[in-house]
Amino acid sequence: MTANTADARTVSAQVPDHGLSQEQLQEAFYDLDEHDHPEGGSTMLGFWIYLMSDCLIFAMLFAAYGVLGGNFAAGPGPKELFELPLIALNTAMLLFSSITYGFAMLAMEKGSVKGTQLWLLVTGFFGLCFLGIEIYEFTHLIMEGAGPWRSGFLTAFFSLVGTHGLHVTFGLIWLVTLVIQVGMKGLIPANKRRLMCLSLFWHFLDVIWIGVFTFVYLMGML
Amino acid sequence: MADTQTRPEELAGKHMHASAHSHGHDEHDGAAHGSMREYVIGFLLSVVLTAVPFWLVMSGAIADKQATALVIMAFAIVQIVVHMIYFLHMNTKSEGGWTMMALIFTVIIVVIALSGSLWVMYHLNYNMMPSMSEMGQLP
Amino acid sequence: MELEHVSHDHWSPILGRLWFDAIPMEPIVWATFAGVAVGGIALVAALTYFKLWGYLWKEWFTSVDHKKIGIMYMVLGLVMFVRGFADAIMMRLQQAMAFGGNEGYLNAHHFDQVFTAHGVIMIFFAAMPFVTGLMNYVVPLQIGARDVSFPFLNNFSFWMTTAGAVIIMMSLFLGEFGQTGWLAYPPLSGIAYSPWVGVDYWIWALQIAGVGTLLSGVNLVATIVKMRAPGMTMMRMPIFTWTALCTNILIVAAFPVLTAVLCMLSLDRYMGFNFFTNDFGGNSMMYVNLIWIWGHPEVYILILPLFGVFSEVTSTFSGKRLFGYSSMVYATMVITILSYVVWLHHFFTMGSGASVNSFFGITTMVISIPTGAKLFNWLFTMYRGRIRFELPMMWTVAFMLTFTIGGMTGVLLAVPPADFVLHNSLFLIAHFHNVIIGGVVFGVFAGINYWWPKAFGFKLDPFWGKVSFWMWVPGFYAAFMPLYVLGLMGVTRRMRMFDDPSLQPFFIVALLGAVMIAAGIGAMFVQFYVSIRNKEKLRDESGDPWDGRTLEWATSSPPPEYNFAFTPRVHDIDAWADMKRCGVTRPTQGFKAIHMPKSTATGVVLAGLSVGLGFAMIWYIWWLAIASFVGILGYGIFHTFNYKRDYHIPVEEVVETENTRTRQLAQAAA
Repeated sequence: MTANTADARTVSAQVPDHGLSQEQLQEAFYDLDEHDHPEGGSTMLGFWIYLMSDCLIFAMLFAAYGVLGGNFAAGPGPKELFELPLIALNTAMLLFSSITYGFAMLAMEKGSVKGTQLWLLVTGFFGLCFLGIEIYEFTHLIMEGAGPWRSGFLTAFFSLVGTHGLHVTFGLIWLVTLVIQVGMKGLIPANKRRLMCLSLFWHFLDVIWIGVFTFVYLMGML
Repeated sequence: MADTQTRPEELAGKHMHASAHSHGHDEHDGAAHGSMREYVIGFLLSVVLTAVPFWLVMSGAIADKQATALVIMAFAIVQIVVHMIYFLHMNTKSEGGWTMMALIFTVIIVVIALSGSLWVMYHLNYNMMPSMSEMGQLP
Repeated sequence: MELEHVSHDHWSPILGRLWFDAIPMEPIVWATFAGVAVGGIALVAALTYFKLWGYLWKEWFTSVDHKKIGIMYMVLGLVMFVRGFADAIMMRLQQAMAFGGNEGYLNAHHFDQVFTAHGVIMIFFAAMPFVTGLMNYVVPLQIGARDVSFPFLNNFSFWMTTAGAVIIMMSLFLGEFGQTGWLAYPPLSGIAYSPWVGVDYWIWALQIAGVGTLLSGVNLVATIVKMRAPGMTMMRMPIFTWTALCTNILIVAAFPVLTAVLCMLSLDRYMGFNFFTNDFGGNSMMYVNLIWIWGHPEVYILILPLFGVFSEVTSTFSGKRLFGYSSMVYATMVITILSYVVWLHHFFTMGSGASVNSFFGITTMVISIPTGAKLFNWLFTMYRGRIRFELPMMWTVAFMLTFTIGGMTGVLLAVPPADFVLHNSLFLIAHFHNVIIGGVVFGVFAGINYWWPKAFGFKLDPFWGKVSFWMWVPGFYAAFMPLYVLGLMGVTRRMRMFDDPSLQPFFIVALLGAVMIAAGIGAMFVQFYVSIRNKEKLRDESGDPWDGRTLEWATSSPPPEYNFAFTPRVHDIDAWADMKRCGVTRPTQGFKAIHMPKSTATGVVLAGLSVGLGFAMIWYIWWLAIASFVGILGYGIFHTFNYKRDYHIPVEEVVETENTRTRQLAQAAA
């Protein structure tokens, strides 16, 4: 210890006369009776923060669409390409999957393994339908010669909608994993936490889709 | 020393309060859960809030395009709020308000980045690519 | 040494476009490779001979202990810092030579890679690991926690950052690196003008390291929000923790932007999309706009934690509570928000027009106000304090002087008409080195000297530390002040040769400055070596060698795996100073078993597979890309099937560790 620190130590050692015994002080300054912290106390907040960061990725894609959305490069525009009835159907699939995921959560709270798995699979089914329709739409566009390389507008369109679709795909992989894990381990706290995270993820994708169908499809058709 | 000295009674206070402080680590403090009622209300509201904009655009009920755009944007914002409340169970209390804080911060950043980009890019295009309006005709 | 234009259009299903022509035709690179190979083989042989592999694997590589991960980040940062500095001194030498028809010793292709690699490495693989390493090591200790919120994720983040560094190092010996400048503006970085692997190396190194950075950001935000010791309200957090919180919020809100922009550039390059192309309705100006939405917050991601370091150091070595704690907190928050509304000042000259330029010019000037407030806070903390000029404090004073100059030239550049004259010139180069070296690098050195005794239990040798300091600081001024002058005279950045011989003396002075800095870096390594050799003499038994004020000094040095046997309760800012003032002694009985996370190899495996994925994508080896992607996904899912991720440190072990500590303290007192 250098002379300096010793000096400073003496000064700070001028303890006020607080009349507390060392035991009382220790109790005031240390958590002497600490219990194990339940695992995963930060998981929901952490996952939410991750979702917020994902929001920024979509914001960039929306910004790109906003900037490039009018650059057709003498190619087709939204009015020639988009079929609103198809998009409406697609949106319906996603909405159904939302409420069925809600039912899965309710089943989870009741502690029903079978019910949770069932509703998850129903959700997965609607998710698959959504993806199927999107893939149909994409292949259809590409066949028509309106692939993403055709124009700035189509580049931004495919990237934005495709990124959402990729998220849904990962959501589905995750969902299947959870169906298996719930089957294996039951509704233990770790699995419940995972189900709640996927719930956030799934509903978050809904919110993004609202932006997509409003700004890309509906406004494009105006 | 510039440090303010703790007075004895404050220190005694520390001792008194110490045991009242317990770790706020309830496992479920963060997760607000929905009820059947909430999910159904959320779902019905979403259906309406989705169907109306689609109908507006597909039928052309409002002649003015700008007015339609504004209306469907308003519907989108309302529906996003509905999803936040009924499906994502957002409130000001979960996780001690941190989720809400994170959301508000994100919305601010998204608004800055989106509107800023559009504003900046509009000006750049206007100044640097005067033929932008004719770009549509270029191969 | 003429640049040979080789066309790299070979492709095979097995090796993609990897072929013999991937070996760079540069004697300098061969010599470097020989050096690295010999050094590498010697290192591997030494590790094998001393049977250290098992120890490294078990105690370090797979460890989820935030302290070990923090130290590994610092090691990574140091290694990459040396690499980045090698690039720097090569450029200085080239520019000091290449006058009057002399082409210097670097051809254009090589020189362009060198300046690109220098920028990328220094920002992403030196500064970022340093900053993340300091935060990782210190934050959990300062908030009285036993680890971060997601310990496995922490290990994974580190290895992803390392994976990015591995990829960028590969580019030195296999293929080429980008020749585009550190931000790779299109259309130059598009496939039409950069057809070979250089830009792809850049993309994948950053994309993979970016995953690590983002996840570590999420992790530290959650940690600071959820894991604070009882009683530590937000306004009782140490300032370093505050700045770490704001930095990680910035990381979470800025790095996704980089990810998105890199994805767009990749789609343009790999799949013929038209985000930033010249034709088919792409818009390359949008790239510049989007990447700076990430880029400006990134600047504050780097500097804010160091502001925290300077705050801790100033208050500790002045023996006083920090002046204006709450104004410091609010200034940090204001900077956090404002850093999102200034990005256009990086491209004033692109032509946005007067209204846009003046808006961003004004916001840029406004951001200097909270920064100025911070400087005054540090000055007032020192005012009438008992200042001890130990190494961390010396770096802090050097920072205050240097950063102020850099800040002022920054305000000059924030004036759009001035920027039209100075942009892209060496004035700009001098400015940002002035703030990044004066702020980030000096701060990291202050941090290393400050927390080294905490991490290893002995102080760093002050003599060699002072040698390093006195080489570094004047060396910095010699290296960069001439660049201000040159910039004012209109010399642009990234030039390989010059015509005007009157400029040469300035470049020679700058080279001498760089040589002094090299000596400073050398002295720092000597300092480490000497300190390790003399560690018994420099030993600190107390765990609190500087009379510290925050909780990291309340535990032993190095801290036990679990940091604190009993979690401290906090009643005031500067919790440890408060505890010392009240005269509380550490409890010596009543220990319990402690719940801790288990080590795991998943992070290493996933990052290894990511290197495979990046490498395959760079070289168009599609089968390997698919295989590694499936591997990452499969192994990631496999990892989630492991539910047993924690264990208890048995109470006997805790008692033994703590008894050792009791004896240690008794010895120190005697």
